[in-house]
Amino acid sequence: MNDRISEKLQILADAAKYDVSCASSGSKRENENKGLGNAAGGMGICHAYTEDGRCVSLLKILLTNYCIYNCAYCVSRSSNDIKRAAFTVDEVVELTIGFYRRNYIEGLFLSSGIFKNADYTMERLVLIAKKLRTEHNFHGYIHLKAIPGASDELLQQAGRYADRLSVNVEMPTEQSLKLLAPEKNRNDMLKPMQYLKQAITQYEAEKKTSRHLPLFAPAGQSTQMVIGATPENDWQILMMSSYFYQKMRMKRVYYSGYVPISNDNRLPAIGTPVPMIRENRLYQADWLMRFYGFTAGELVAPDSPHLDMDIDPKLGWALRNLHLFPVDVNRADAALIMRVPGIGVQSAQKIIAARRFSRLTWDHLKQMGIAGSRARYFLDCRIPGDNRRDLTPMQIKQQILSLQHSKYQPNFSPQLKLF
Amino acid sequence: MTTLLFDGSFPGLLTAIFEVYEYKLNDVRLATADSNPVLFGEQREVVTDASKAKRVWQGIGNCISGEARHQLYQAYLSELDTMPQTLLAYFQYAFFKQTNVHEDFSHPAVLTVHQTVRKVYREKHRMEAFVRFSETTDGLFYAVVEPDFDVLPLIAEHFEKRYADQRWVIYDCRRKYGIFYDLSSVQVVEMNFSPDMLQGKDASAAWNEKEAGFQHLWQQYFNSVNIASRKNTALHIRHMPLRYWKYLPEKQPAGTGMAG
Repeated sequence: MNDRISEKLQILADAAKYDVSCASSGSKRENENKGLGNAAGGMGICHAYTEDGRCVSLLKILLTNYCIYNCAYCVSRSSNDIKRAAFTVDEVVELTIGFYRRNYIEGLFLSSGIFKNADYTMERLVLIAKKLRTEHNFHGYIHLKAIPGASDELLQQAGRYADRLSVNVEMPTEQSLKLLAPEKNRNDMLKPMQYLKQAITQYEAEKKTSRHLPLFAPAGQSTQMVIGATPENDWQILMMSSYFYQKMRMKRVYYSGYVPISNDNRLPAIGTPVPMIRENRLYQADWLMRFYGFTAGELVAPDSPHLDMDIDPKLGWALRNLHLFPVDVNRADAALIMRVPGIGVQSAQKIIAARRFSRLTWDHLKQMGIAGSRARYFLDCRIPGDNRRDLTPMQIKQQILSLQHSKYQPNFSPQLKLF
Repeated sequence: MTTLLFDGSFPGLLTAIFEVYEYKLNDVRLATADSNPVLFGEQREVVTDASKAKRVWQGIGNCISGEARHQLYQAYLSELDTMPQTLLAYFQYAFFKQTNVHEDFSHPAVLTVHQTVRKVYREKHRMEAFVRFSETTDGLFYAVVEPDFDVLPLIAEHFEKRYADQRWVIYDCRRKYGIFYDLSSVQVVEMNFSPDMLQGKDASAAWNEKEAGFQHLWQQYFNSVNIASRKNTALHIRHMPLRYWKYLPEKQPAGTGMAG
């Protein structure tokens, strides 16, 4: 029996790995009645890291990779000649509990290919979550995929048992979706998002007056889009994210650099490098929007629609807005201090706290852990050996670049590598 | 210069701090009884005194928040040689100022405490991540760890909340003690549970019939989720430093179990 499960696990974990979300934080689910597991506490835990450096926090699998759809960018597309498998409900439950008890995982991330129809598939996903919660008294983290087209009743049940739900928007624009997944309809994806947004908002409102209300997707909803498979620019992508954060109240938007898996001529050929730098810059921009108070329009614009690949988006913004600098750390607002390149949220908080006790000098700042090599160009502070007066943005950029050793450096080299 | 020799325990350290004030000592050096002998100056032995320790602990509680005070204990658990001296400087500064100095990052002792707490916290978090339980035939889940700092007291609550329905033990084989949960509470257990005793056959002999299967499935899973075209070994090792691999089944060659 073990060999069979082992083979299924191999196939169905392999097929699920292109879904990049691995978050296990932000839930409020506590252990009850001496049961198993606890998802409360705020912090997610990465129990392992794959050899590509990504966090392994959840048992991330497909229930099955049989699929009626034929989306060009997906390994499980119906026309792809691959091994297919399907877990039973009990197999998924036993794996989840067995892994959880050994402290391998924070919980389960369950997705699926679409078999028969959306409701039939969604019903199975919900059944697994329900079994874990009601029969096994399991309080670990559960992330379920909401299948586009599934009924509102099923989504409601999913929200009762899961900590997070997600619907993948797949492609940044409707045109790309039409091109690569002609059977899918963008509105089918937006509809469940709308429903979940409304249900979560309602839950949050009711919770204020009723203490014993059962949880509803306490870790919110997220989505994911594939980047680099289609010609969208960063401005289009970030405007889309901005829409999800503001209009759908998403907790996270994930960007998945396209890994070429198909000879389809609508897509980048096999062997094309994964756009890892671009993905990284998009995540940096996403962070700036969520934690630093930047808007998408400050980072990219229709006339300069791409993020700089050689410097991070915060530095890019600062160089375009040199008139706002230098900033006086002893007086400036927290919001402005956070915008200084080389100063993160935590350093900014430390600066605000510490300056109540004494006037901060450059040495203090360096000891608090700010990145001096960047921040020095943007602070009004007496810095030893400093000669930064009247530098142009280009000069600052060159000086900073000459000091850093980016792990992506080889990718910038204009020379062709022949061997 | 006066050197105060204390027994290395946290109450011992607090007693020593008490005596700095009791005997109005200036220019004090704190050291544990087993550290290098002192060549210069006076030397005094501190006898750990719970009531003196308590007064210092309550005294600092009047200056700083409960959470900040807990961080001083976390910093102590770093076991760094210089930490007693840093903590003394912190206490002296707080008692002198009589205000909440915990966010005065421009003071060197305060900053060092914060930086150390960060390191200890990271190790605590890593242990919450890298503990791997194996289930024995009598249903006990055991794990062996070798943390850089003495973090078992900090992780007990996390595991108690999470594994409320299974008996478990986490053993620190560097410091030779463990924490044991018996379905009602967590206790500290002193034992000489050498990992050598459990090496190879001996370890798996204690496993129940499903253990090897789950370890194999986990190895399988770990390998399947990797995306080879995104390989990034430097990042992998930064997140999972080599010194932790010994006790992680996913980092053992296929078909074998853990050392501990």
